[in-house]
Amino acid sequence: MVMYALKRIFLALLVALTVSILTFTILNMTTDPAVAMAGDTATDFEIESITIAYGFDQPMPYQYVQWLGNALQGDLGTSYYFRTPVTALISGRISITLWLGLVSMAVGILIAVPLGVIAAIRPNSIWDRICLTLAVSAQALPSFWFALMLIVLLSVTFPILPSSGTDTWVHFIMPVFVLATRVMPAIMRLTRTGMLDVLASDYIRTARAKGLKPQNVLFKHALRNAVVPVVSVSSVQLGHLLTGSIVIETIFALHGVGFLAYESTVRNDLPTMQALVLLFSCIFIIATLVADLANAWLDPRIRVVGIDN
Amino acid sequence: MIGGGLLLLICLAALAAPLLATHNPYLGELSDRLITPFWNSGGSMTHPLGTDSLGRDYLSRLLYGARISLIIGLGTAAISGIIGLTLGLVAGYFGGRVDMIITYLISVRLSLPTIVVSLAVVQLLGGSLNVVIMVLGFILWDRFAIVTRSATQQIRSQDFVKSAQAVGCSTMRIIFKEIAPNVMNQFIVIATLEAAHAILLEAALSFLGVGVQPPTPSWGLMINQGKTLLFFKPWLVTIPGVALFVLVLSINLLGDGVRDVTAPEQRN
Repeated sequence: MVMYALKRIFLALLVALTVSILTFTILNMTTDPAVAMAGDTATDFEIESITIAYGFDQPMPYQYVQWLGNALQGDLGTSYYFRTPVTALISGRISITLWLGLVSMAVGILIAVPLGVIAAIRPNSIWDRICLTLAVSAQALPSFWFALMLIVLLSVTFPILPSSGTDTWVHFIMPVFVLATRVMPAIMRLTRTGMLDVLASDYIRTARAKGLKPQNVLFKHALRNAVVPVVSVSSVQLGHLLTGSIVIETIFALHGVGFLAYESTVRNDLPTMQALVLLFSCIFIIATLVADLANAWLDPRIRVVGIDN
Repeated sequence: MIGGGLLLLICLAALAAPLLATHNPYLGELSDRLITPFWNSGGSMTHPLGTDSLGRDYLSRLLYGARISLIIGLGTAAISGIIGLTLGLVAGYFGGRVDMIITYLISVRLSLPTIVVSLAVVQLLGGSLNVVIMVLGFILWDRFAIVTRSATQQIRSQDFVKSAQAVGCSTMRIIFKEIAPNVMNQFIVIATLEAAHAILLEAALSFLGVGVQPPTPSWGLMINQGKTLLFFKPWLVTIPGVALFVLVLSINLLGDGVRDVTAPEQRN
């Protein structure tokens, strides 16, 4: 297990390094940072002096090593737009996004797992059909449009919820619900499939045959095994949730890092964009790492087969 | 079946947009601005779905918008499909070092957050239909590669591949003539998924004002432009959103249908 964990952590670090190189190269090659920094009204002379002052004329690998060195020391540069250190900007805003993501994930699981169980108890029944239809519809729902429709319904037609801001927990109800809807289909389908497999297995037949109460069989014996894959998928889904918050934070005016990503993008604020791509990637990498380690711990077979599969 | 039928209808409507559209989707009469759809009082059949804030006929824009979404879906799935299929075939067939490198590429790709990267790159390159298709095409290849790779690994050891090797067929021939046709079923299912994914992503990018630029009638852009009047003219947002939902739903249902026919064992 220790060997497997070390290998897996090394791989994650390698992936993170590659991602940082890719991000730096792509973002710096698609634009001239000096032009982005100087703004639309700058003269050629101003652009040239910025290029020299900030070392944008240095070779790309040299610039990358400098950037990485600073990043590892917690210095991600200074935002062109906000004129403050990017690290401070992000740390001031990340809690809203993380909180939003975790609560939405919890709500998503709390709704999707019971629905998956209901669907699996009676496959092809009317309840199963309803649950599957819900999943298929939720999958096709553009989340930004769904958010706007909820605002029309719950802030205008029936004014019961506020449409933007972060003052109270009530402000978070709609964003959380929209984000939860994004993760529900995958979790529901997975729970349903897992439950169907487990319910058809021999040990459940034994449990039923020896006369255990049906609810005990279902919740104590079946569900526990059926939700194991759900745990690992959830951590990957959390990554999707956090990036999905870009659109949702923009709509509901929640000032987290998702909204920051939008703001810095439309303002060509390169250092902030770079830092945020790297931040979201690292969250993804850590989430996958945690999921893999948890799976290896739960299922010893994975440790032997190794990383390739 | 329902999915395929709906999708066919949308495709026909998009193809026949010049015949069906009653007005020019790019030009409007400012005196006709913000006419309400026919089901509200004050609406008329001259503009069945009303007009936007520049007086452009909403139904005509919606029809031309279907073209944008379909082009995005097809274009992206084609580019990402070719990239992912090639990588998956090569990784699955050769195994060993080659497989290790491609698997590593896939995990790097999976750790790049799709929407953040596409938002940044499209913005820096300047939003347009071609840029959006290229960027999404170069991002969304991961699922193609993963599925093709594992399918190829299974097919590689089968007898017909072995006999092709024994007869002395070239590696290129074996990969593209013997193995590739056998992964097509899975390929088509993934292609529908990724086309739907790309359509939603383009809509989100255009909604944020970073994707396709005005006056192109992209559905995401229509929602973006209608959003300022959300509280007063909600149908400006409702109509393109419903169109988007129906299109993505029909593509997903078609994909599910194809999978049920070709691989009924994966039904659950």
